[in-house]
Amino acid sequence: MMAFYFSRLVEIFPFFLKGLWMTSQIAFISLFTCTLLGFVLGILRSGKNKILKWIIGVYVSFVRGTPFVVQIFIVFFILPEWGIQLKAFPAALLAMAIMGSAFICEIVAGGINAISKGQWEAGTASGLTLIQQLRLVIVPQAMKVILPPLVGQYVLLIKDTSVVSVIGVMELTRVGWVTVVRIPEGLMVFSLVGALYFVISYPLILLSNYLERRMAI
Amino acid sequence: MLADFNLRIIFEYLPLFLTGLRSTFFISAVSIFLALIAGTIACACRISSIKLLKYPAIAYIEIIRSTPLLVQIYFLYFGLPTLGIRVPEIQTGIIALMLNSGAYIAEIIRAGITSVDDGQIEAGVASGLNYFQRMRFIILPQALGATVPPLLGQSIVLVKDSALLSLISVMELTRVGQTMTSERFMPTEAFLTVAFFYMCIYFCLKALADWSQRKLIYREAY
Repeated sequence: MMAFYFSRLVEIFPFFLKGLWMTSQIAFISLFTCTLLGFVLGILRSGKNKILKWIIGVYVSFVRGTPFVVQIFIVFFILPEWGIQLKAFPAALLAMAIMGSAFICEIVAGGINAISKGQWEAGTASGLTLIQQLRLVIVPQAMKVILPPLVGQYVLLIKDTSVVSVIGVMELTRVGWVTVVRIPEGLMVFSLVGALYFVISYPLILLSNYLERRMAI
Repeated sequence: MLADFNLRIIFEYLPLFLTGLRSTFFISAVSIFLALIAGTIACACRISSIKLLKYPAIAYIEIIRSTPLLVQIYFLYFGLPTLGIRVPEIQTGIIALMLNSGAYIAEIIRAGITSVDDGQIEAGVASGLNYFQRMRFIILPQALGATVPPLLGQSIVLVKDSALLSLISVMELTRVGQTMTSERFMPTEAFLTVAFFYMCIYFCLKALADWSQRKLIYREAY
């Protein structure tokens, strides 16, 4: 029986690769948008504008305080109530962007706040504009603090893409879920799914560990 | 729109929400307790010099950390029955949360132990303390202090992760929101209420984590 299921699993393996491709797309687009948004929000959060800081703080608390699956349901079910109809794929990307950028915002703000005030003052004294100070003085130094947790966050984001399966996006986890209904060999199916996630996440975990060791010295 | 926000339906479903909240509390409390035990054992194996303990512990921690929790939940939910083991969804979920959190807790404890300066241990050796005395008087008191804030952080993660059990139809907080949405089609009311309850738990645990962090820094200053 096991052997039979195994051969069927081999037969439908291309289906899993399709899921992997979908997962990679969601992951790649999300990492990109989350990093971009996260840096903008993080810089604003470490800035001086109190109202902006407060608004971003509320947003970050909401994202950190609620489960990602609830956030997906909010995007997928509540936005249509407000007249915004999204298909599953864009809804998944939007939810990922909302969730991921909040976490990256915190990492970036923490990194910038770790840079001493004297560096800003030196930048001002050298006649640099605010943008130049950030680009040339602050962010390059903050990157040392930001990079290790950022890569760690990427691993979490990649794993979190599995949750978008709940709104029916045909990514890796959803493929496993659909398969297990037809091939009732849960251990085999989800070992395969897990192994495919491992292939993407583990190198990043190693990279994050490496960066942590290197930056610590 | 928010203008037609229906408060009455939330009150109608309030008993169900409270049941869900209780279930979320119960699942989280049991899971974090079991995960602490699993994590301590995994950490002990991970730092041991016996290869037969060390390498399985590394494999466990790394596999858990590089695969999504949802996949782990499905692995048990669909996998255990094929092994002929029938457990109710809620137990399956608790086992999944325990195994998942256990791996992270093992790393938290390990970081706590390695954060104790080598000089401290050498001082213990020099003072003629034996291994258990060093553990009891020097390493553990310092290591435990360093692990409390991240352990509370992990508890926050676990509470939020327990929402995934709704996908294997455990009647917890998120599932109540789904139920209400499918029965009445009031997703705004349903999921904003669910989010509100999670936020309440989050702020309580976060206050506790921040407080323990402050306490520790205060102690370190002396």
